[in-house]
Amino acid sequence: MSTQTTPERVLLQGSEACVRGALAAGCRFYAGYPITPATEIMELMSRMLPQAGGVFIQMEDEIAGIGATIGGSLGGLKAMTATSGPGFSLMQEHISFAAMAEVPCVIVNVMRGGPSTGLPTRPMQGDVMQARWGAHGDHPILVVAPSSAYEFFDLTVKAFNLAERYRSPVIVLADEIVAHTRESVVLPPLAEIEIEDRVKPTVPPEWYSPYRDPGTGIPPMAAFGEGYRFHVTGLMHDINGFPTQRQDETQELMMRLFNKISKDFHLLQWYDSYYDEGAEITVIAYGSVARSALRAVKMARDKGLPVGLLKLKMLWPFMRRTVMQYLESSRKVIVAEMNMGQLSREVKRVNQGKCEVLTLNKIDGQMITPSEILAKVEEALA
Amino acid sequence: MKQTPQLIHRYLRSSKRFPHVWCPGCGIGILLGALVRAIDEGGYSKDDIMLVSGIGCSGRLPVYLDFNTLHTTHGRALTFATGIKLAKPHLKVIVVMGDGDASSIGGNHLIHSARRNIDITTIIVNNQIYGMTGGQASPTTPFGLATASSPYGHLEHPFDISKLVEAAGAVFVARSTVYHTKALDRVIGQALKKKGFSVVEVMAPCVTHFGKMTGMGSPVDMMRWQKDNAVPFEKAREMSAEELQNKIVTGVLVDIGKPTFHEEHARIWREVK
Repeated sequence: MSTQTTPERVLLQGSEACVRGALAAGCRFYAGYPITPATEIMELMSRMLPQAGGVFIQMEDEIAGIGATIGGSLGGLKAMTATSGPGFSLMQEHISFAAMAEVPCVIVNVMRGGPSTGLPTRPMQGDVMQARWGAHGDHPILVVAPSSAYEFFDLTVKAFNLAERYRSPVIVLADEIVAHTRESVVLPPLAEIEIEDRVKPTVPPEWYSPYRDPGTGIPPMAAFGEGYRFHVTGLMHDINGFPTQRQDETQELMMRLFNKISKDFHLLQWYDSYYDEGAEITVIAYGSVARSALRAVKMARDKGLPVGLLKLKMLWPFMRRTVMQYLESSRKVIVAEMNMGQLSREVKRVNQGKCEVLTLNKIDGQMITPSEILAKVEEALA
Repeated sequence: MKQTPQLIHRYLRSSKRFPHVWCPGCGIGILLGALVRAIDEGGYSKDDIMLVSGIGCSGRLPVYLDFNTLHTTHGRALTFATGIKLAKPHLKVIVVMGDGDASSIGGNHLIHSARRNIDITTIIVNNQIYGMTGGQASPTTPFGLATASSPYGHLEHPFDISKLVEAAGAVFVARSTVYHTKALDRVIGQALKKKGFSVVEVMAPCVTHFGKMTGMGSPVDMMRWQKDNAVPFEKAREMSAEELQNKIVTGVLVDIGKPTFHEEHARIWREVK
């Protein structure tokens, strides 16, 4: 593991940047199962985690992978797993458990092409809605989407911070292009990376109620095996973690689960914008598509066309405030994505007639090219 | 007998609302007593016991006890337990599962935990039926039995859970019944002391469903059946397969040694650091 004190320029594959980010964030537990195109993350973890004094284990399937990850986190370690669509589907029940029991963990999903086995080595962005709604029961979720190797590093660090801060599962939704592209990355000095750790209880064990709201909506979290003997369950539970069916306790827990994240929506507007000024058309994109989109917007500006780009780095909770600003300032927006319109549904939902929402969709397993986006922009301006 | 409730009360959570969820005549309460006695006998600190369960009647066992307790998802208790054991190797991790939990939905995790030799004691409460959901056939339901999900008779053949985990590599395998409480206390104690993946299969009556469907009668009748049909392992070796039909072979079936996963992992730590 790197211990650099000055910025370091390195050639990294996206998956490698993800692993470096996880280790920098303090990840010390990985459990997973091999699956293309996410296997590199597991292989690197198997090599690097033991060197950092962390635990690596290859489990028998993805269900076990995230189960052990949750166990590692309950044992006090920052923990993650990584997979692709088929494995991500298998993990959904345990994502729901982690949301309910409030266990911090990071799940990386490197999206492949198509439903089912699909196109294992090709990109699509078909899991945007699964990441939000795939796990059963009503609960909030946090999903970030990197568009480059650097962002894969950066957003993995931040995913751990979010997981620890909110005691929530956090999904890093990458795509095959981002995970497999090798590019030059400038890694920050370790001391400059902001790291958040879960809040631990300060009260003596006999006073500890594992799910009592301290006022922030996020109860302090003890690890198992450190003298706080408490109960954790996926059942609806009271402040002591004991099962309950009482209406008042159910309502209180459910609302706290939602409010602990919704109270911070204003802090969760993670995006980059380019060529905003005078942009009549805004391209909205995320993941590797945002790279093509930036190129397209530059080409358009070279031609004197008033086009900007809004790159979303957080997909869920959906950044309504930010997107609305662009819907108000633009004549048209183009949502470009490698699916038949998953994020664009959200954009249309918050649009409410402010501007025209166009979509550019591609589902043939090939990247959306800059010229395809440029053509759509020119069509929109015509 | 006077001593038993007092001992149990030292380990029950005073803050937990009772009554418990189990039916009158259920075997799980007897297992809970045996587990507590074995833990007490072993001299473990409450802080060092990690009790993990899955879903089903047996899944509700940990919440009543004053240890580190975790109630997970159906069939997956061993996966969570694996993570906890590796994060906190000093913990004595005990997993309690039912027969459906352990050998149907959780069958993959059961055999791989045994193969991996993760240092966990697994107690499988085998009542040969899905109790909590209302008496459907499980992987240990006898061939031909009419259940809530096999009204014309069960078409499938049952697993021998102990043989399954033996073949998968468990280093300690024992079977007992809840009738034979002394033996049950003893084998749980041995399993707890064993380094590596140890399994105790506990035959327990489900009066409400299995008893009704088999016509075995009252809780007392079902206990008497266990008493009359248990055959010690040593004796069973001398008996033919025909003689062993519908018998419960009890005792320690496997007791071997091999390196545990977390010890091997710790060795890697030392070598690569």
